[in-house]
Amino acid sequence: MHIPDGFLNVVTAAATYVVSASGVGYSVREANKKLGERHVPLMGVMGAFIFAAQMLNFPVIGGTSGHLIGGALAAILLGPWAGTLIMACVLIVQCLIFQDGGITALGANVFNMGLVACFVGYYLYRTVTALMGESRTSRLAGGFAGAWASVFVAAVACAIELAVSGKSPLGVALPAMAGVHALIGIGEGLITAAALSFVTATRADLLELQKV
Amino acid sequence: MKLKWWHLGLLMALGLAILSPLASPWPDGLERVAENKGFMDVALKPAFEVIPDYVFPGVGNEALATILAGLMGTLILFGLSYGLGALLRRRDRIG
Repeated sequence: MHIPDGFLNVVTAAATYVVSASGVGYSVREANKKLGERHVPLMGVMGAFIFAAQMLNFPVIGGTSGHLIGGALAAILLGPWAGTLIMACVLIVQCLIFQDGGITALGANVFNMGLVACFVGYYLYRTVTALMGESRTSRLAGGFAGAWASVFVAAVACAIELAVSGKSPLGVALPAMAGVHALIGIGEGLITAAALSFVTATRADLLELQKV
Repeated sequence: MKLKWWHLGLLMALGLAILSPLASPWPDGLERVAENKGFMDVALKPAFEVIPDYVFPGVGNEALATILAGLMGTLILFGLSYGLGALLRRRDRIG
């Protein structure tokens, strides 16, 4: 879902830059207040895992692929602000070194795949685990639902940005983006649930870290 | 040096990067929509290139070039996010 240069008009690019820069700035403040020693290696592993997993596109329907975003997983394990910080790191490196995502669209990409994906994924996960009660099953169900919704809502945000930029009317871009990402979201949900299952089985204590 | 859990976590991420040549080459969701709805051609070329398309420049074998780019990016992201965490953490707090 990395938006290249040329897709967004100046107003949309600038507005999303302002929102994302403020969001990342606030993330830094929150992390500075709440991060402890034990968060640090998990931050590193999350950044590494999300970068590597994003390279592994999986086919969804004829001629279309998708890949993990990872914002929901990072936010579920570390909290939405720390998750946003990790996603910003991933997206900045992808933009500056790998030319994936345009430099003028970096604000929008951090907004969609960072802030939106992390907050939607985190709060839906929290809602599901609160309703079902804390258990392995509720964590996996919440992880799947949160991850699916994170991709879906990020795709809706992306469609709105494209429409506002005059690239495709909302009535066309919205169903197209939402439709294909409803499918890609299933992959995001499965990978997120599998990762949570693995963490639960091997290092359940990491789930108890204070959320940032 | 004692092996810590996150050493294994980093190794698993590097393992995923080695699998990167197996990724589906098909366009992703946004690219598919942009092609179908006729605005893919407004995408601009990047202003500068370092390792475009996750293919390490100057390596003849494309799978190897992809793996090298993947390993490099994975290590950069580990260092960056670990370093940022270490910089921002509170010294008086464990977890």
